[in-house]
Amino acid sequence: MAERVGIYVCHCGSNIAGTVDVEEVARWAGQHIKDVVVSKDYKFMCSSLGQAMIEEDIKTKGLTRVVVAACSPHLHEKTFRRACANAGLNPYLCQMTNIREHVSWVCTDKAAGTEKAKALVSASAERVKYQRPLEPMYVDVNPATLVVGGGIAGLQAALELADAGHPVYLVEREPSIGGHMAQFDKTFPTLDCSACILTPKMSEAGQHENITLLTYSELEEVSGSVGGFTVKIRKKARYVDYDKCTGCGICSEKCPRKVIDTVFEAGIGERKAIYSPFPQAVPRIPVIDVDSCLYFTRGKCQVCSKVCPTNAIDYEQKDELIEVKVGNIILATGWKLFDCARMPQYGYGRLANVFTNLEFERLCNAAGPTNGKIVLRDGKTEPKSVAIIHCVGSRDVNYNEGCSAVCCMAALKLGHLVLEKTNAEVYSFYIDMRTNQKMYEEFYQRLLAEGMHFVRGKVAEVTDAARNPDEQGKLIVQCEDTLLGRQRRIPVDMVVLMSAMEPQADAKELGLKCGISCSMAGWYTERHPKLDPVATMTDGVFVAGVCQGAKDIPASVAQGAAAAARVQGMITKGRVMIEPIVATIDEEGCSGCRICNNLCPYNAIEFDEEKKVSRVIAALCKGCGTCVAACPAGVITGAHFNNQQIFAEIEGALWDAAAAKTEEETATQSVSA
Amino acid sequence: MKYAYYPGCSMECNAAAYEMSTQVVARALGFKLVEVDDWNCCGATEFFSQDELTASAVVARNLALVAPELNQLVAPCAACYLNLAKTDRLMQDNATINAKVNEALAAGGLKYKAGRVRVRHLLDVIYQDFGEERIREKVVRSLEGLRVAPYYGCQVVRPIKGDDSTEYPLHMDELFKWLGAEVVDYPVKAHCCGGHMTQISEPQAFELIRRLLQSAVDYEADMILCMCPMCQLNLDAYQSRVNGFFGTNFRMPIVYFTQMLGVALGFELKELGFGKELVSAEPALRAKLAQRASV
Repeated sequence: MAERVGIYVCHCGSNIAGTVDVEEVARWAGQHIKDVVVSKDYKFMCSSLGQAMIEEDIKTKGLTRVVVAACSPHLHEKTFRRACANAGLNPYLCQMTNIREHVSWVCTDKAAGTEKAKALVSASAERVKYQRPLEPMYVDVNPATLVVGGGIAGLQAALELADAGHPVYLVEREPSIGGHMAQFDKTFPTLDCSACILTPKMSEAGQHENITLLTYSELEEVSGSVGGFTVKIRKKARYVDYDKCTGCGICSEKCPRKVIDTVFEAGIGERKAIYSPFPQAVPRIPVIDVDSCLYFTRGKCQVCSKVCPTNAIDYEQKDELIEVKVGNIILATGWKLFDCARMPQYGYGRLANVFTNLEFERLCNAAGPTNGKIVLRDGKTEPKSVAIIHCVGSRDVNYNEGCSAVCCMAALKLGHLVLEKTNAEVYSFYIDMRTNQKMYEEFYQRLLAEGMHFVRGKVAEVTDAARNPDEQGKLIVQCEDTLLGRQRRIPVDMVVLMSAMEPQADAKELGLKCGISCSMAGWYTERHPKLDPVATMTDGVFVAGVCQGAKDIPASVAQGAAAAARVQGMITKGRVMIEPIVATIDEEGCSGCRICNNLCPYNAIEFDEEKKVSRVIAALCKGCGTCVAACPAGVITGAHFNNQQIFAEIEGALWDAAAAKTEEETATQSVSA
Repeated sequence: MKYAYYPGCSMECNAAAYEMSTQVVARALGFKLVEVDDWNCCGATEFFSQDELTASAVVARNLALVAPELNQLVAPCAACYLNLAKTDRLMQDNATINAKVNEALAAGGLKYKAGRVRVRHLLDVIYQDFGEERIREKVVRSLEGLRVAPYYGCQVVRPIKGDDSTEYPLHMDELFKWLGAEVVDYPVKAHCCGGHMTQISEPQAFELIRRLLQSAVDYEADMILCMCPMCQLNLDAYQSRVNGFFGTNFRMPIVYFTQMLGVALGFELKELGFGKELVSAEPALRAKLAQRASV
């Protein structure tokens, strides 16, 4: 019996109708496509009236298949599948045709757009006839969650979930949680002490009964899918026994080997070879840096082992691979600082008294290498003038096109600290002052009143080439002051570069492990930039904080909490639906060659040793089709993407100008005859 | 390796030392420079701002004359390099200019397909095509002990973005480190030498020249290395006028980078055109290089 197909073409206001003649598409489909019993256009098909129309037609006209030509299935596939289900039609018998992103938004020629839309609608209509009813599967959600990254966003997410009673594995690459926020002295615009508001959260996370802290650890491998991920984590060898160590710190104190701390102290302070990055570190268990440890590099020393009162030093310790099972994953992996040496015209690395903002944060920090004294690179001279340069590596097509979002406010904060702690004059060189959150503009006004100087213009160079005696021995900031409309040279003692936030070097790699992608700039891509900012295209994987895009502390905390709320929703629901779009193997025809076993990127194919056949584990299969294409016997079928459906779709797309022409010619001939 | 070569007019007279040393260095490194037959003036720095289309047509004639079997054109002069590269870019980006220029060329029986010839500065060829390893191998007289200030000027790195940093180029710095010299971190290395401003307003031009000389003195450089005949002329020939104008006492030798490269490769000063500069480089060379030789 022939299928009864309904075609529904959406105007999407003027989004589609502006460049596609939707009425013509609907009319044409009704007349030319076989088995179509109803073909309509409508202003907003996703509206309740639009959905009701489809439901009504299914019931009264006995539709057995539905094609909705509208936007991307990412947006409304669920909507229309639900409408079909409401009317008693299996939701997998509904097919969406994307004539918005694939046609109207990328076309300017209305006639061509209309023809393309017809071809796509025809393709869907031919394919939908061969679609089979499918039943979704449900899996239980493991209530445990993996949070990757122990900065403020990850901490917030972990604590929200743990406080709600759910187990959390918090993985952090560095020896301590805390992230970049632990490095700062003050936070804008309230100027509260960064450590004072962060460390309570850190120690809470360290002691929480529901949080398993895995510091100095990295994510190795992720398998499974939403509700039931299996995650392998590498716990790097600390060379300190976690259970025996009391965190007394004698080992670090006595360690004879000092090295520059390029991570926590941003390169301006030192640490020992066995170290805990800062006094409030959580956990307090130190690690041995084998690249600088005298015992590991030269085979002699072992002072730490000798002084340790609990015999906790273990030079034989090895990396440990552990496996945990979780239902959801939150990535909160943060950012790295732009390498200012890439802009040699600003002198970083060449001119001693040019600092990065992170170095300067450590200078200002009372727990930093200078005890909070703002001094030049010589370690003693207080600057009489400080220039703060905005947008270094941000808003610059040569490096990062985007705005780093936090630097204007951070520059104001640093300016305030200089004015508070020294008698120096402070100059801010900005392109635009961006202070657009609660209490931010007020903070800018405060700095104007405090006497910080503002010069609007991008700095051309920082140089030590003096042109007159006033400039002798100074760093000269050359800039076009775009408000005055003239070139200025301002000699200062110290320059601070507000460096861009960049994605972590391995962000892409980690994203691939979890099945999510990055934007052009390298930040993780959210499911929807406005309406679904913490979910990703992979169910069960969420993002929070700067890894999704540059943002400040309040925004990172909000995202951490939002991601936790999304995960809690999944846990409360208890089970998630899994798309039934999976591969199946016809065991009769399977030769047991096992080619598919190794190809499957999701480890979803097991081998039955007894029967000598391969079998797909439906809960793990993502329906990618790799095995379907690879099977030499051709006995693997991808549900919803079988050969018959795909060939029909291709034939539909090629409904064909040629065929239409022949038709027209026949019509013309018959007229002339 | 074989390249088409566009010497430009300066190389014949005021920059004869550049031409001599370029030929010597090219032979030593084993690359062949095939001079473009019947080349004409590049229009220097002014013509383009006067009449872009005519200037493009004049310059494009040189591109059209590049022998068909060659697809890289080397210019030692910064202005020539920029004008040739700019014209090629302009013709690629602007269909109208491309058509009009080719119309003009057709009158002389020529045509040029934009993008066919890759225009390169001599420094870029030496730096990239020979590279550290092969150049180090050829050094017979290390420049150890000699403090050089590499001066790029404004035209080679801007506005056309090549492989070197636009704001703070480093290729010449690196080349001279390979040769053993002490390269000073010359902060004004990409600043303007004044160009033809000497003909228009001397005080302005002299101030620009003074800054370049002063910075080299501040950094205790023995000499400034140039890669542009205009820069060399301004810094060298106007040095005594600058001294008179400001009451300064600069004695800074200004030589072409190819001359010092030639010294490192073992050639005699005379073959490399030394002695043609007005502020003699010989005292510095004798003091620094002889001192080392006696050790």
